[in-house]
Parts: sequence; C-alpha cells; structure tokens
Amino acid sequence: MMIPACRLADLPRGEALRLDIDPPVSVFHTDDGEVFAIDDTCTHQDASLADGWLEGCEVECPLHASKFDLRTGAVDSPPAKLPVRTHEVVIEDGMIHVRVSTDAPNLPPCVAARLAGGPA
Amino acid sequence: MRTVAVVGASLAGLSAARSLRKQGYDGRLVVIGDEAHRPYDRPPLSKEFLAGDLGESDLALETDGEDLRAEWLLGVRATGLDRTRRAVRLADGREIQADGLVIATGAAARRLPGSEGLAGVHVLRTLDDARALRDELARGGRLVVIGGGFVGAEVASTAHALGLEATVVEAAPTPLAAPLGQAMGSIVSALHLDHGVRLLCGVGVKGLSGERKVEAVLLEDGRSIPADIVVVGVGASPCVDWLEGSGVTLDNGVKCGADGRTSLAGVVAVGDCASWYDPRAGHHRRVEHWTGAQERPAAAVATLLAGGAVEPGVPRPPYFWSDQYGVKIQFAGHAAGADSVTVEEGAPDDRNVLAVYRRAGHPVAVLGMNQPRLFTRWRKQLAAAS
Ligand SMILES: Cc1cc2nc3c(=O)[nH]c(=O)nc-3n(C[C@H](O)[C@H](O)[C@H](O)COP(=O)(O)OP(=O)(O)OC[C@H]3O[C@@H](n4cnc5c(N)ncnc54)[C@H](O)[C@@H]3O)c2cc1C
Ligand code: FES
Repeated sequence: MMIPACRLADLPRGEALRLDIDPPVSVFHTDDGEVFAIDDTCTHQDASLADGWLEGCEVECPLHASKFDLRTGAVDSPPAKLPVRTHEVVIEDGMIHVRVSTDAPNLPPCVAARLAGGPA
Repeated sequence: MRTVAVVGASLAGLSAARSLRKQGYDGRLVVIGDEAHRPYDRPPLSKEFLAGDLGESDLALETDGEDLRAEWLLGVRATGLDRTRRAVRLADGREIQADGLVIATGAAARRLPGSEGLAGVHVLRTLDDARALRDELARGGRLVVIGGGFVGAEVASTAHALGLEATVVEAAPTPLAAPLGQAMGSIVSALHLDHGVRLLCGVGVKGLSGERKVEAVLLEDGRSIPADIVVVGVGASPCVDWLEGSGVTLDNGVKCGADGRTSLAGVVAVGDCASWYDPRAGHHRRVEHWTGAQERPAAAVATLLAGGAVEPGVPRPPYFWSDQYGVKIQFAGHAAGADSVTVEEGAPDDRNVLAVYRRAGHPVAVLGMNQPRLFTRWRKQLAAAS
C-alpha cells in the first residue's frame, strides 16, 4: 500500500507528521534533510512517537525516553524492548509517499488489545 | 581495569553494566544485588502491576537473550567497602575485590515508626512490597494513603480504579508543593478530589491504632480515620549505610561530581543513591527519577574507565513522569528557583495544562498534564537553554 503523506516543502526539518491510518505511521524530516517513516506508536505503551524528541536519526519516545533508530526501527534501551516497524519512503515530484510495510507491527499490549477488539 | 563490581542490581546498576560493555570494557564484571530478582522496572509497581494489568515477567528490564557476561550475585547484601584492599564485603562473608566500583544501591522506602508487625500496613518500593499490596487491595476495604507525593497519589489512583474507597493524608498544606510549587501542586493534587478520593492536607499523622491488624490512622488534630489497608508513602532514603567509614563522602546519599565521581578514585555512584553536582542548579542534588537512573550511568562509566580524565558534560535537566487517574503528568527541570509559573496551553480546570516555570524570565522547568507533544518541545528547549 502506497500512501501520499504531504509535500516535502510542507514538512520542515526537525518535524514529524502523523498519518492517521490504522495503526498510525509517522514521517520524520531530520535536521540533515532525510525523510523516514516508522510506526507512530511506541512499542512500550500508548505514546505517539511523532510527539517525541527528534535528534539526528533517532526519535526519543515522549513518555519514557526509549530511543528508536529511524533507519532500522531498533530501540536502544528500556522500558521499550521491541523495535518499531520501518516503512519505505518515496519522494516523487516533491511529494512524500510511504509504502507501508506488510510485516506485523509491534504494538504495545494495551493498543494491540484495542485493535483486536475493533475500533474503540 | 580487570574487575569492576556494580553494587545494586536494579535500573541504575543494569544501566551501568550495559554502559561498561558498550564502552568497551572487556574484563570481569560482578553485579551484586540484595533482592533475589533479576533487574525489574519499578514505575509499574504503583500503576499497571498494582492494577493487575501487567504480570511479573512484564517487569523485566533485560531483553530476551541479553548477555552482559556478568557474574550476578543476587540475594546478597553488600555490607562494607574496604578501600585499602579495594574489596566489597558481602553479608554472607564473601569479599569481591575490584579495581573499579559502581555504587547503585538506590533508596529504600521510609517507614512509620511503630508500624512494624501491624498487618495491613504497607510501603511500596520493591516487587515483594507490590505483590503483598496487590493481594491485599484485591480483598477490598478502606484504604488510607499516608503521604500525597507521587507514589502515594498513584497508589490512591490505582486503588480508586479498583473500586476501593481511598483517603490521602498529607502533612503539608499542598501536596507536591516541593517538586511542583504551590500553584501547580494544588492543580495536580485536585485530581484526587475530581475522582472522589478524599484528600486531607495540613495535618500530620500521630500513629496507627489496632492490635494485630491496623484499624485506623490517628491524626495529630485528634481525628481517627478508619482503615483496613494503610500505605505509607512518605518518601525514600538513600541506601548508603553500608558505605559508612569507607572513605566515600556521604551527604544525603553519595556525594558525586557532575560525572558521578565520588571522593574515592575508581568509585562512581549512580541512580537514586547518588547526589550529583548539578551545574545548572549550582549545588548537589539527589534525583529519584527513572530517567536519570537510566541515563547517567553512561557518563559515570566513562569517568570510571578513563580514570577520571574526561570532562563531564552537562546532563539533561531532570525529568520524571507520573500517571494518575488516567492523566499523564510530566515534569522537567527545577521548580525551586522559579519566580513565576504561567499556563501556556490548556486549562487547569480540565486537568490539561502546559505550564512553564521561569526565573528572571528564563524557563527553568516545565510541567505537562496530558500534553506530551508540547511538553517534549519545551523539554528540548530547556536542555538547550543552558
Ligand atoms: C512504586 C514506584 C513508582 C515509581 N514511578 C516512577 C515514575 O512514574 N516515574 C519516574 O520517573 N520514576 C518513578 N519511580 C522511581 C524510579 O523507579 C527510581 O528512580 C529508580 O528505580 C532508581 O533506580 P536505582 O537503580 O537507582 O535504585 P533502585 O531501583 O532502588 O535499586 C537499587 C537496588 O539496590 C539494592 N540494594 C540496596 N542496598 C544494597 C546493598 N547494600 N547491597 C546490595 N544491593 C543493595 C536494592 O535492593 C535495589 O534492588 C518509581 C519508584 C517506585 C518505587
Ligand atoms: S511509552 Fe514509549 S518508552 Fe514508554
């Protein structure tokens, strides 16, 4: 599935944009000008990584400070233990698109339970 | 350095052990902890674990298959440090000689004198404490929490969600005034009243009544509050008694430089037991928060491995979170030095607030209630500002 996100020009460096698909995906524009897409929900609890602290190629979860590598999805230290999914980013004619991964997402237990029970 | 011993096998100790390996230390690594458990996470003890939403295996801090090539000596207490022989004495008579030492013994919950041996009276610091309290809450009854600080407030909130009738007793006129200041302390502690949890402020506790099981909490103004379960949440003291006479300077915890170094060469201290020099505040400060216990060991270990020859960086401003009645509370910085607090976003009545504390116009602290995005921005700004 390929989803148009926004125009590159509309996403300033250092900012993130959350796409409200299910589960949500976020697009990050780093200070160095690279663009990455990862699952928006932290794997520890229900926090939006688009609200987090972006530094270099890492985003720190806004709640308990586990850091995720935007390139690989890997997490550096607890409390989160699982990586987030990464998605391919395609920029065409100044437009950012995200090709959503078909891997299973690593959602935190509280969110996974909600999704399994249908939309809340 | 051929042997490093880490005393304390919880968040700060684990984080130090990880940092040692990450920074290339390849020698013998001994981790000593007096609890029988592998390192586990404490914040859920007053929240999801107490509520029954998380089990014990969910609390593990290590990841599956993680191997730090460490010798774990668990269930044994360190009782002393011999600086001339560079050895840690253990309660079972053993001795661990080490060239490098990381002190990470954390803090222990303060108890109420005279409450020993009275059934129904709890503190909450360890997994064993939490198990006992969880089982007791499951039986129901009237709960009185002594102390309106973060842990006490979270216990009241969790117990309320479990359907118990709860009362919080706080000696100060406003709960949380020390960490948050008067104005914000009263906004956050109003969460109790919003949910029908009784909050009694400005009155001290004289004692407890009951023969074998607690029956009531007796207040200094003569009132008696009936109770089936009492949780004493009156703070924690650093676990540093074992260092008395060792030559490690103690002053409300282990006195450390801005990089974790202590008064003894080759010894650093991290986490809740350590009072680091804070260049922002200009004095020593013991910070009892998760994020500091997790982050600072990297700097302390760098100091240890470099023999003290590294320049300490400025650590990020202290940060903590709390979850009460479904509200995410976040705080960063130092409220003590502030001369003003302004609500920049949200409405106090909705318990949705982003407040900035300033001193002479410069932001020194920030509080968020259900404002993670803005909070993070302000937190970043606060770190950059100094
Ligand atoms: C119920 C609860 C809820 C919390 N919630 C939050 C929260 O929401 N947000 C937040 O920021 N922080 C929270 N905290 C604080 C956070 O958990 C602590 O800051 C953190 O655990 C400190 O880690 P530490 O390793 O320094 O100390 P500790 O976790 O206290 O670990 C020290 C370890 O050393 C052991 N030890 C002590 N003395 C000796 C000895 N002589 N020999 C061997 N071992 C010894 C202890 O048994 C313990 O296992 C909470 C704490 C509690 C108790
Ligand atoms: S919710 Fe992200 S680290 Fe806890």
